Parts: sequence; C-alpha cells; structure tokens
Amino acid sequence: MKRSISLGSTYFWLLAIFLYLPIFLLVLFSFNDAESLRFPLSGFTVRWYQALLEAGELLQAAGNSIIVGVWSSLLATILGTMAAIAVVRYEFPGKQLLLVVAALPLVIPSVVIGVALLILFRQLVDVELSLLTVGLGHVVINIPIVMLIVAARLAGFPTNLEEAAMDLGCTYWGALRRVTLPICLPALFAAFLTAFTTSVDEYAMSVFLVGTDATLPIYMYSQLRFPRKLPIIVALGSIILVLSIGVILFSEWLRRRDAVGEVSEPDV
Amino acid sequence: MEQNGRIAILLTPTVLFLIGLFLIPLLVMGLFSFREGSFGEAQTAFTLRHYAEFFANEAYLRLLGRSVVLSFGVSVLTVLFAFPVAYYLSFFAGDKKYVLLTIIIVPAWVSYLLRVLSWKVILGGSGALASFLSWLGLAQEGGTLLLFSPEAVVVTLLYVWVPFVALPIFAGLERIDKDLLEAAYDLGCNRLQTFWRVTLPLSLPGVLAGFLFVFIPTVGEYVTPALVGGPEGIMFGNIVRDQFLRALNWPMGALMSLAMLVVVLVPLFILSRFVRLSELAGL
Repeated sequence: MKRSISLGSTYFWLLAIFLYLPIFLLVLFSFNDAESLRFPLSGFTVRWYQALLEAGELLQAAGNSIIVGVWSSLLATILGTMAAIAVVRYEFPGKQLLLVVAALPLVIPSVVIGVALLILFRQLVDVELSLLTVGLGHVVINIPIVMLIVAARLAGFPTNLEEAAMDLGCTYWGALRRVTLPICLPALFAAFLTAFTTSVDEYAMSVFLVGTDATLPIYMYSQLRFPRKLPIIVALGSIILVLSIGVILFSEWLRRRDAVGEVSEPDV
Repeated sequence: MEQNGRIAILLTPTVLFLIGLFLIPLLVMGLFSFREGSFGEAQTAFTLRHYAEFFANEAYLRLLGRSVVLSFGVSVLTVLFAFPVAYYLSFFAGDKKYVLLTIIIVPAWVSYLLRVLSWKVILGGSGALASFLSWLGLAQEGGTLLLFSPEAVVVTLLYVWVPFVALPIFAGLERIDKDLLEAAYDLGCNRLQTFWRVTLPLSLPGVLAGFLFVFIPTVGEYVTPALVGGPEGIMFGNIVRDQFLRALNWPMGALMSLAMLVVVLVPLFILSRFVRLSELAGL
C-alpha cells in the first residue's frame, strides 16, 4: 500500500512538471533580452512588454476578442440555460432528438462547423464575414457546454422549491426568476466563464468566419510567420497565461464554495 | 396546456438558433459538395465530379486514413498517460485530491494556441531544447531534434490533451462504489485482480469519454500539424483548410469536410448502440 502511494505521487509530480515546464519556459523567455528563444539566456528585459503597448493592431485584436467573447458567451448562456431548464424539468415529445442535436456541436470537429457556416454565410445568405459571424459560430459550440453545466446544477436540487414559491403566489416565471435562477447563479457564472474562455481561445473555426477585423488567436497565428515578432507574442502569451490562471482559480473557488453549500443543505 | 406554453417559450429560441446556424449549414455543406464550383454559373450546376476526384485521389484518402490513425494513437496514448494520475488521485490522494486535481486541470484552460506555441519554441532547431542541450555540451549545434515531424505532432497533442482526459477518467473512478472493492477483497481477490476485474471495467465509461474528448477534435486538427508537423506531419484538416483559404475549391472542401464528419460520426453511432452516450457526459 505504502509503496504504491509514493509511486503514484511521484508520477503525479512528474506529469505536473511535464505540464507546467513549457508554460514556465514561455514566461521565462518573455523576459529574456534576445530575439531568438534559446539558451543560454542573455539577460533580463521588459522591452517585449513595452513593445506590446505600442502594438496597436494587437491591442485592437485583443479588444475584438473580448467584445466577441462577452456577447457570444452571454447569448450562449441565455439560450443554453433556457433549454437546460426545459430539458431537466419537463418531458416532451422530441426531447431525445433535441438532446442529440444540442450535443452534436460537441462531437463534431470545429473545422467542420466553421466550413458549414462559411458556406451558409457566403453562398446561401450573402452575409459579409465579420466579428458578428465569428461570434455566432462561438455561440453554436458553446450552447452544449452551457447546457451541460447548468443541467448538472438543476438536476442537483428538487423541484419542490419552485412549487413552494408558486404556492406562495409566484407565477411560474416569477418562481424561475426568484428561486431557480438564484440557485443556479454559480453554475450560470461558471458556464459564462467557460464559454468566454472557449470563445477567446477559438481559432480552428474562427479562421473561416473572420472578416477584416482579427480576433486575438487569429492575429497571434498570423504573426507567427515573423520570427522577430515571436518574443512579443510570447510576452503577450505570458500575460494571458497569468490572467487565465487567475480566472480559473477564481471560478474554481466559486465552484468549491458552491459545493460546500450543497453539503450543508438538509437531505430531502 | 399551460405547461406546453412554458416549454415552448423556453425551447424555441435555442431550437431556432440550432436549426438556422447548425443543422441548415451542415445540410447546405452536404449539398454544396455536388456543386461544380463556388462562383458564377458553376455555383448552380450539379456534378459528381468532386466525388470522383476525391475517391480517385489516393493521396487524399491516405491522408484521411493517416489522420484517423494518428488521432487514434494520440487518444490511446493520452488515456494511458492520464489514467494513472486519475487513479492515484481518486484512490490514494485522500483529502488533497481536489487540490491536486486542480493542479493538473489548470493547464487545460491555458490558451491552446499558446501551449502549441510553447512546443514550437521547445522543439525548434535552434530552440529551447536543442540550444539547452548544446549549451550543456550534450548535443551538436543546429540539430533539429523532433520539430517538423509527425512525432512532434504526437508529443504536442499529448501535452495539450492530458489534463482534459484526466478529468472524465477521474470523475468515472469517483463514481465507483468503493464497497465493491471491499467485496472483491473479501471474496479473495488480490489488488491486481480487483483492479483488473472490478475497477477497470467500471471505469470504462470515463475512459471512453476521455478517449472521445481527444479523438474528435484531433481528427479535425490542423493548427498543431501546421506549427510543428512539417511536410510529413500534415493532417487531413490542413488540406480542408487549404481548399477554402488557398485553392478556393469550395465544393471539394465541403466534400472533404463531409468526409471528416462521417469519419467521426460513424464510430460514434456504432458506439451509441452499446453505451448510452449521455452516461459518458456524466449525466
């Protein structure tokens, strides 16, 4: 027993090193005073970070990504939550079919969805490609993610809370707004964050749907062709890394707090 | 009656959205593969030419086959790397298991493009690993090591997916009733037999979920091959992309994309005959 524990934890830490070392290297090189990313290191600098501030296109792309991320994730959260409530609370004809269709974007490579939307927009309805078309694509892949997260939370608490609210004079929509949604709030928040992260990082599909305004991954990828710009991209990457780790730890903390609350609820 | 109204209000927006921006586009893509060309009169002409061309072109089919094999290999490898960690966390890590799990999961949330980029930096000919080794005097200056090869694609994708796969396997192991293991011990199984006959079979839904988690996106992968794969490492996704962004042969691209869809959905469909896929999602 003892031996397998130490074997397991050794493997765990080796894997953790494997996962973190490349990320750490990226941050290390972002402070390295040389254009080529190689050893030995040539001294400490923050000039790549200074160069970031002057890279107008890049900041523009970052701004675009945040705008698209916010509205597409909001839309996905609203749509996904409404569908999740219907699916968890009610039986209706065609429910299985709906579940299959709603889950399909998860099990189809995003390239395929990108291609299909590109043909729709450019050949069938003639919509100019823009940040709007990119965002709509992101909503498609985020709806099932939101549904999974919210449905898991909804399934975890009994319907009689809603019924109690309605007995006390709430309308159905009132009960939804004043009981169901507040209980689901941590899940809604987690769903939004997950959708937002997915959107901001999406490249494989976005590249087909983007117009002249680039999102951040599109811009970053296009800059990889120029080796001299690599350190600037690496500096930008380091900032994103630190930010996203912050966001994850925050949402993990939210989830944990939520889970603790669940334990203290009386058994029904 | 009132209830039907509620269901309709809750569902209509999402259903309309998915029909308009997901099902119809897929259908249009399918129809588009029969079009002569993407512009002018060719847009409306019906033809099977692209199908004939596709199935006659051995290079396309070989690339599709190779991409599926590579995706399968990467998925199996990722599961093999992730399983021991999930097993350790679920059975031996005690109170710390969620903290340790978070440590493994966090990299999954870091930008995919950046994590692929980090491997380009590491594996590059004059990159981190090569220069580090030559700095230590262990390797010659300018060796290319792994970069621009199918192996580089496998290592990079393994790196990208391990945390994603550890999660469903862990969740699957957590769902196992630990009393069953006690029962197996009581009935005279040793640890290995218990693992082989009880734990492993019961963990299969989680393992399968993890496998699909990797396999599906990897079949469509083209970013990693483009960044670290080199000419030998390109995948089917790369030529699909080229049909739209370089060759401008959209009907052929639609057909290739359709082929990719079939390659993913057929095994999934067969699988759904034997397992309830919703179970894999943990619902």
